[in-house]
Amino acid sequence: MRILPLIISSIVTTGLVVALNTKLLLPAPLGKLLSPQQGVWQNAESSQASFSEDFKFPQLTGKVQVYLDDRLVPHVFAETDKDLYFVQGFLHAKFRLWQMELQTHAAAGRASEIVGKIALKHDREFRRLGMVYAAESSLKEMEKDPQTKLACDAYTEGVNSYIASLTESSLPLEYKLIGYKPEKWSNLKSALFLKNMSENLAGHDNDFEMTNAKNYFSQEDFSKLYPSYQDSLDPIIPKGTIYGKPSIELKVPTDVDSIYLNKTDLAVTTQEEKPDRNNGSNNWAVSGAKTKSGSPILCNDPHLGLNLPSLWYEMQLHTPQLNVYGATFPGAPSVIIGFNDSCAWGVTNGGRDVRDYYEIKFKDKSKREYWYESAWRKTEFKYETIFIKDSANYMDTVAYTVFGPVMYDPSFSGGRASNSRYFSVRWKAHDKSNELKTFMQLNRAHNYEDYLSAISNMKTPGQNFAFANKAGDIALRTQGEWPAKWKGQGDFIMPGTDSSYQWQAMIPFEETPFQYNPTRNFVSSANQDPADSSYPYYLGRGYPLYRGIIINRRLQDMNDITPKDMMALQTDNYNVFAEMATPLLLNNINEGALSANEIKILRLLKAWDYNNAPYSKGATVFDVVWSNFSKLVYDDEFKNAPLVILRPLESTLLQGILSDSAYKFLDNITTPAIETLADNVTIAFKNSIEKLEKVQKEGTLEWLKFKDTRVNHLTKLEPLSRLHLSIGGGTHSINATKPNHGPSWRMIVSLTSKTEAYGVYPGGQNGNPGSRFYDNFIDHWAAGSYYPLWMMAAGEETNARVQWKMSFTN
Amino acid sequence: MKFIVSVLIIALLSLAVGLFFPWWTIAIVAFIVTSLIPQNSLRSFLSGFTAVFLLWGALAWLISSNNDHLMASKVALILKMGNPTILILATALIGALVAGFAALAGSFVRKK
Repeated sequence: MRILPLIISSIVTTGLVVALNTKLLLPAPLGKLLSPQQGVWQNAESSQASFSEDFKFPQLTGKVQVYLDDRLVPHVFAETDKDLYFVQGFLHAKFRLWQMELQTHAAAGRASEIVGKIALKHDREFRRLGMVYAAESSLKEMEKDPQTKLACDAYTEGVNSYIASLTESSLPLEYKLIGYKPEKWSNLKSALFLKNMSENLAGHDNDFEMTNAKNYFSQEDFSKLYPSYQDSLDPIIPKGTIYGKPSIELKVPTDVDSIYLNKTDLAVTTQEEKPDRNNGSNNWAVSGAKTKSGSPILCNDPHLGLNLPSLWYEMQLHTPQLNVYGATFPGAPSVIIGFNDSCAWGVTNGGRDVRDYYEIKFKDKSKREYWYESAWRKTEFKYETIFIKDSANYMDTVAYTVFGPVMYDPSFSGGRASNSRYFSVRWKAHDKSNELKTFMQLNRAHNYEDYLSAISNMKTPGQNFAFANKAGDIALRTQGEWPAKWKGQGDFIMPGTDSSYQWQAMIPFEETPFQYNPTRNFVSSANQDPADSSYPYYLGRGYPLYRGIIINRRLQDMNDITPKDMMALQTDNYNVFAEMATPLLLNNINEGALSANEIKILRLLKAWDYNNAPYSKGATVFDVVWSNFSKLVYDDEFKNAPLVILRPLESTLLQGILSDSAYKFLDNITTPAIETLADNVTIAFKNSIEKLEKVQKEGTLEWLKFKDTRVNHLTKLEPLSRLHLSIGGGTHSINATKPNHGPSWRMIVSLTSKTEAYGVYPGGQNGNPGSRFYDNFIDHWAAGSYYPLWMMAAGEETNARVQWKMSFTN
Repeated sequence: MKFIVSVLIIALLSLAVGLFFPWWTIAIVAFIVTSLIPQNSLRSFLSGFTAVFLLWGALAWLISSNNDHLMASKVALILKMGNPTILILATALIGALVAGFAALAGSFVRKK
């Protein structure tokens, strides 16, 4: 034996293995990652891969057959609900496990465990918002109800059966890349997933920003910059609807003027400016009187952040008592948006303000007691331990008052609150509720009464539920359990020293604005105000206006409608905001002051047909000029304003000028002259030229290139994302596709005796980036094309669309 | 002849252990094989290196071709290795180095 060479070469070998199996020396454990039998190569799915497989699980009560079609959509045929949801959980996990775990970790404020310190702010924010507290209270309700408990239990078992089957080599790619393993699923995780949707859809508020704005501007300016009602509004429930006397009589606090509406002392100046809220969802249903077939058609395109793997997963779920098809949430049982043999439904976000803040007066820094109703009350504490990958744990203490958790305090400003005071958050999503029951019941709904009973469970996030059935009914309800508010309540930070500013009651179900078989023969919603100002409860402010206007205008004019017409409508790029705003720019621009080059660019705008079509250049010119115009008009007023403030909505500026060409803010207050509309338009146009010429030189003047829509992988890793998509549209178009936000699922259901349905989402059925089914719908989606949605019937097992078959037995 | 036999045995055994054990067990395989089949150090190293270079390279190439190089082109970009060919070569090289040095160590077990 040659000892020394043996020792040296053994050390070298061991060193190599350690270096290649860990991240000690290299940024990635390259040996482990690239081992062909265990590493990422195992995730490279063969283009001939078969998905047919036989499974045995003792938890099942009978046989379940899953037929996978050519788009990898599973058609699940089970005998019992229990088996059905078990297999749904199993399939969600098989195709989407990583995203399910990531999203529920993020919801629980545990993202740092996976990605490290970078997520600490997010995790603290979510813990302080009480996400787990909210999910736990919702889980209690879900488990009290036998139907949802059974579904959740079976679903969880299905997910866990898949997790238990995983080996080193079959782990999803992202686990290998990041270097961790999945933990067990639980019913709480399904509750967290749904709570995450609440955070996404009903977790938005501008209370700090508006408080700052109120303090900074005079009352007159404030009401002009942030109007609570807009003239051109076409609400979800049409103007002129008569509302009865409200059953709740709200007591407005006696000191509301002195210590709330006119109190001016909160100003935070050190933080970042808040971006506009993203929305863009549409839904509508037309009655048979307007369609060619004589049967209703229902359409829905919920807009969300565009991510890969997609939030949605398409499925058909079938038992002897149930047959439903649609978009499901990997993370929860049932179909969320879809149709069954009797009816179809779809949602847009209600968007009312259900998250308010109260300033808390603590006795001292220990936060053990706070002043409430003329006495010191004991605080409750929750101790949060945040585990951080590659770092020491972070301990956070969250105080709970009668209002809710103290989200912002001197230790955590969240980038928007004052760092010296204490604010409790009152969030509707903390209340007891069982939203899953809504979908369980909708999946089984036959008629309008079933629909009403199903959606009465939907409390938060409140949604505008459109409905149509084969009996010919159409309906839309601005559903949610909404706090009854007095005018202005919750717009600003409220005093938290007594109960007078608390929410007093919830608006009764019967007083929710709705329409059922209206004479106009259609219902629609596009996130706009649910009702006009004659509705007796305060609805808040800041709803988007324009998509609702164009949808209603189009639907009014349409007759003999076919599903194909509806496809054209859902993908309509017409920009009704630009239709109103462009003439205003063109009529006021001083062409005499423009150079030859500037005139050339102006011609693009003059020739524009207000379509945000993919190759339109006019759309880009309009976008740049309008944003410069808006900057020019408001920059002087906002120059010294605190940063945590909201800029006025685009609609506010447009409405302001349309109703008054001498709109107050047109004047630049930093110059002695009085600037006119023409001055502003002309300067704004000139200010835009540099950027437009640069864009033109770079060859990105066409709208699709300028907007540059992308679908990001959840890690934001570019090689796993889809960039530079060929798609038009924009904020104010029905096709409200923005750079990273857009129609996350488009669905059209014609309720003829044999249902005719179409749909598409920007993703693919398989979450594995190494699969050809990972992103195969995206180009189809971008092009505005649809897939026929196949509601498979028993006996169609040999249909050519069936490509693979999975059998589950016990 | 010994060289070819060593290469074949190391490759076959590496393929087998890869089905059940962590990837680095290729080092144990190479070590044992060269400690039992007498060759000089250079040949021992080369037999381990060649065996796993060919095995991992072939496996990676086969998997990637069946996948139309979809995964490899994405992972190659993430790992900043440019294209699938480089990724396949890198895979082969990594396995080869580990097996090569283990095989070298194995050759020193025998008395000269």
